[in-house]
Amino acid sequence: MKLLTTNFIKCSVKACESSNKSFPLKYNNQCQLELNYEEDDEIIQSSYEFLIGILDKIEWDALLKVCQDLGNNDLPPTKPIINEDVANLNDNEKLIIKQLFNLLINTEIVEGSMQCESCEHIYQIKNGIPNLLLPPHLS
Amino acid sequence: MSRPEEIAPPELFYNSKESKKYTENSRVQYIQYVMTKRSLELLNLKKSSFILDIGCGSCLSGEIISSATEEVNQGMNHYWTGLDISPDMLEQAIIRKEEQKFNTNDDDSDDEESGDVGGLRNGDMMLHDMGQGIPFRAGSFDAAISISAIQWLFNKDNNNQDPIKRIRRFFESLYSSLTKNGKFVAQFYPANDDQIDTFLQIAKQTGFSGGLVIDNPESKKNKKYYLVLSCGTMSSNDADDADNL
Ligand SMILES: [Zn+2]
Repeated sequence: MKLLTTNFIKCSVKACESSNKSFPLKYNNQCQLELNYEEDDEIIQSSYEFLIGILDKIEWDALLKVCQDLGNNDLPPTKPIINEDVANLNDNEKLIIKQLFNLLINTEIVEGSMQCESCEHIYQIKNGIPNLLLPPHLS
Repeated sequence: MSRPEEIAPPELFYNSKESKKYTENSRVQYIQYVMTKRSLELLNLKKSSFILDIGCGSCLSGEIISSATEEVNQGMNHYWTGLDISPDMLEQAIIRKEEQKFNTNDDDSDDEESGDVGGLRNGDMMLHDMGQGIPFRAGSFDAAISISAIQWLFNKDNNNQDPIKRIRRFFESLYSSLTKNGKFVAQFYPANDDQIDTFLQIAKQTGFSGGLVIDNPESKKNKKYYLVLSCGTMSSNDADDADNL
């Protein structure tokens, strides 16, 4: 599961919908991370448009919190700003996008778990795949 | 021919043997390709997007969604998240993903698939039951797609399952997980006209606009049904395609 996904996935228990504690989920600090790609500039460049679009949707505070759960406290405190014109990015913006790619797309959680802080249900992640199925008493 | 959804629930029907058979069958792959390509065409996306794939199976569709070729996506490079209830189908996807990694690391030659930059690595897969609701925060996805899956919502695998309740939960949570003008295209196999009406009715009640597109209506074998829904109002271009609700 890409780190990107942690910024969108929330607890699927219906009763947690109204709780602001159901997003982001709390990630176990034993989660095992892996890189998806060898660094590849062609792939990063072909993802510029997607990354600029997704940056707009990212909830930065949630990203900071999840990175902290996973042991990374090095993110800037506020969301970087990138000009929307893919064709006219300056070098600094290109560097930021590359870092975002490595963080959001290239970093994957392969083993571990995440917990809803509202209902306390624990979701397991195995082989890079989170199990979101709810037991009958929660669904 | 009996319909798979009448034999057993999806996680049992697509056991590891069926999943492998399904994924490797070239006719299945071809039909998946055609239906996924058509669904992308109906989504009519204008830029590289974040797409939810509901009932992704072994991610044959995911591979097509993230194909950055002219032919399928006009060079756009989409990323996707796939949900499926069958662990064996997802296992097939993992195997193929590993194979792709191995092949690209190993092979510098210009193969016929150049343009397919991301492949399965553009996607995430999760084990989930769509009837339990789409577990993503508001405004997550630009679009959602579903190939040959949503008719399973009509199954009643145990006494506690109420299909109508599950369909309602599915559409209302999907609506919320899409962006303001987000769209949903689902190819599906209705068992009868009532099922089509139920989908259209509940989709409308949960806020979607849009309707039904039928491809090859005269052909018994190639007739295909697509729900084409939008969270906003449909553009005139889309409206030509779908019968309005
Ligand atoms: Zn919860």
